Amino acid sequence: MKLRNLGKIAAGILIFVVLITFLFWYGQGKSFLQPALSLDTPAIAQLKELRCVEDTVFMRTNHMKLLVTWRNGTVREGNRLYTATDGRIFETKLSGTCLKCHSNKQQFCDRCHNYVGAKPNCFSCHIIPAEVRK
Amino acid sequence: MTPSRRDFLKIAGISTLSLVAPAILSPVWAKDKLTIPGGAPLTAKRWGMAIDASKCPVGCVDCITACHGEHNVPDIGNPKDEVKWIWQEKFSSVFPHESHTYLRESQAQLKLPVMCNQCANPPCVRVCPTQSTFQRQDGIVMMDYHRCIGCRLCMAACPYGARSMNYRNPQPFIAKTNPDFPTRTKGVVEKCNFCDERLVRGLKPACVAACTKNALVFGDMENPRSEIRLLIEKRFNLRRRASLGTQPQIYYIV
Amino acid sequence: MLEKALKGSRGYWIWITFLLTVFMIGVFFYLRQLDYGLGITGMSRDVSWGLYIAQFTFLVGIAASAVMLVLPYYLHDFKAFGKITILGEFLAVSAVIMCVLFIFVDLGQPSRVLNVLLYPAPTSILFWDMIVLSGYLLINIFTGWVVLSCDRKEIPPPVWVKPLIYLSIPWAISIHTVTAFIYAGLPGRGFWLTAIMAPRFLASAFASGPALLIILCLILKRYARFDAGVKAIQTLAKIVAYALAASIFFVLMELFTAFYSQIPEHAQQFNYLFTGLEGHTKLVCWMWTSAVLAFAALGILIIPRISRQEGFLAVACVFVFVSLWIEKGLGLVVTGFIPSPLEKITEYVPTGPEIAITLGIWAAGFLILTILFRIFVAVREDINKGGINDL
Repeated sequence: MKLRNLGKIAAGILIFVVLITFLFWYGQGKSFLQPALSLDTPAIAQLKELRCVEDTVFMRTNHMKLLVTWRNGTVREGNRLYTATDGRIFETKLSGTCLKCHSNKQQFCDRCHNYVGAKPNCFSCHIIPAEVRK
Repeated sequence: MTPSRRDFLKIAGISTLSLVAPAILSPVWAKDKLTIPGGAPLTAKRWGMAIDASKCPVGCVDCITACHGEHNVPDIGNPKDEVKWIWQEKFSSVFPHESHTYLRESQAQLKLPVMCNQCANPPCVRVCPTQSTFQRQDGIVMMDYHRCIGCRLCMAACPYGARSMNYRNPQPFIAKTNPDFPTRTKGVVEKCNFCDERLVRGLKPACVAACTKNALVFGDMENPRSEIRLLIEKRFNLRRRASLGTQPQIYYIV
Repeated sequence: MLEKALKGSRGYWIWITFLLTVFMIGVFFYLRQLDYGLGITGMSRDVSWGLYIAQFTFLVGIAASAVMLVLPYYLHDFKAFGKITILGEFLAVSAVIMCVLFIFVDLGQPSRVLNVLLYPAPTSILFWDMIVLSGYLLINIFTGWVVLSCDRKEIPPPVWVKPLIYLSIPWAISIHTVTAFIYAGLPGRGFWLTAIMAPRFLASAFASGPALLIILCLILKRYARFDAGVKAIQTLAKIVAYALAASIFFVLMELFTAFYSQIPEHAQQFNYLFTGLEGHTKLVCWMWTSAVLAFAALGILIIPRISRQEGFLAVACVFVFVSLWIEKGLGLVVTGFIPSPLEKITEYVPTGPEIAITLGIWAAGFLILTILFRIFVAVREDINKGGINDL
């Protein structure tokens, strides 16, 4: 089987491979600063123990799933209380519980979300208390 | 043998699909659930409300102000896009079949508060294609604003015109935001929710609490000794469009 | 076979460019609607469905009308329709795609549209509508395409095509019945709460769909040198005539029930349509136009001497299409909301952006139709030239 245009085909395949592996080779050797999250809010300053609903590692990986479970539990099943693994009970509210401590959305929530390119649409409805009380 | 162009495209298509399929299918089937311990079950009652509009002072809108303020209901300012959970209509509009030309003018013009009737047999729940409006065990017809796709079939199904669509982003039109309750976003349908967020804290609905004349009575229809049951047994009352079989739970004392 | 759509006359490419332009204008306005919300349309709290759902309702009928070609040919061996069943199936594909697009632009939260599949609600007719419409689309894409490509290769179609075509016959009836159920099951809207809603939908579907098909066949004869045959066209004309007669009869039955019983809940919507209600008359001209066009078309169609002349037939078909577009479109959907449950009359007038988006979707539908018909005509030419040149 003769292949005409072998040169053009090879060039095309090379460009394709370069583009498809872009995510793997771009950024090699560069250092990316992890976003610095600010816990500097009046509510957190008053806490005796710096612990969220669950511990930091858990929250970092699972806060989205936790919020969705809270959401469905509250709206569809009427469960408004969450018992954390250490036994503390929280109301399942984004604005009322989470944002009560983390009232600095732009220095906290937005920093990671902007870094990873996540655009949660929660805030098109759920109010950011700090911005309202201004 | 060289494959035909058609066969080549078929193989390419199937290969691409097999690469892409797990990414599409797995979120549906590989949900890891977070288990939440605790959570109090709802008691099986049926919430209802009795309204005696003859007690309403002329021009009083306390119930409306309280509800709309508490729930961040926007004031869009034109009847086309307006959003309202509770409002007033005159008796001859609310009860057109129980009115006639010779009705006393003050009766025909009497302003009645109207809102979602929290029907026991709600047609809106029946027609919702995503079950984003659903009925709870305590009878409240709830809205899940996260799931609503804004198709407005519930608005067509509601015989009472109780539902409002957010035709625009409501947030700029909220005069004073209540930070303890979310707003809604454009593209979803909303309505009165019998203040379930207050009920769970042991508070009566905002309209009932705001009424200084005791014109709104709220309670459990299935408790024969509740204030509302005693009231509607004592005084004659009507429900809107009762012949449609929706079993509305707002009782108007006339 | 898709590559056949890439070759065409100058007129063909001017038409395609025109359709693409209208479609892009529609896309532009849809982006504005996404940004502003559905308030950019004329819909209101009282009249919550408007032009988009009206087009959807009408187009489901057009889609269902493919059965009027398939049934005589496949069940009763009516050979005259043999050449054009594929045209009916392609028209159905284009119409169903338009239906889906109209529903999509009507949603307040279109990004959540998959919730209908993720959280199925079997009590909801809209859920079933999505299922039957998707199924019908797939059936018609497969059968039309496969039968056409087999014709091209001059081999009989594969065995599985026949059962699928037989399935499309009750399925076509079901899509329009389910759409009628969306309206006919709502307790609060007396105008729609009639058992005759599904029969009315079917009758007008079988009138408007074949009417459009006749017009398209006459256009193909004129511009694409494809002749469907006098017998096929005349039989379709008879189908249109009888379906139109049934449709008019059903409307007259509705009028009798409303006006003889004199129950205000039933009569006042017809008053709104034909005489205006409390001074609100926006739909009166439209409804009388629809009525006059329907009767004029019926007159042309039932007199054989006149309907045999293709000029008059084309005019009659245009009349049928427009008349039923009005009656099953805005005439049906908007009137259901007037008066509101609290006895208020809020009228509905579509806005500019709404009309632009609507025209954009019609352009998309006609674009798909043009491409599919172009392929069909090219394949016919291949067959007539005596065999095909493969790859």
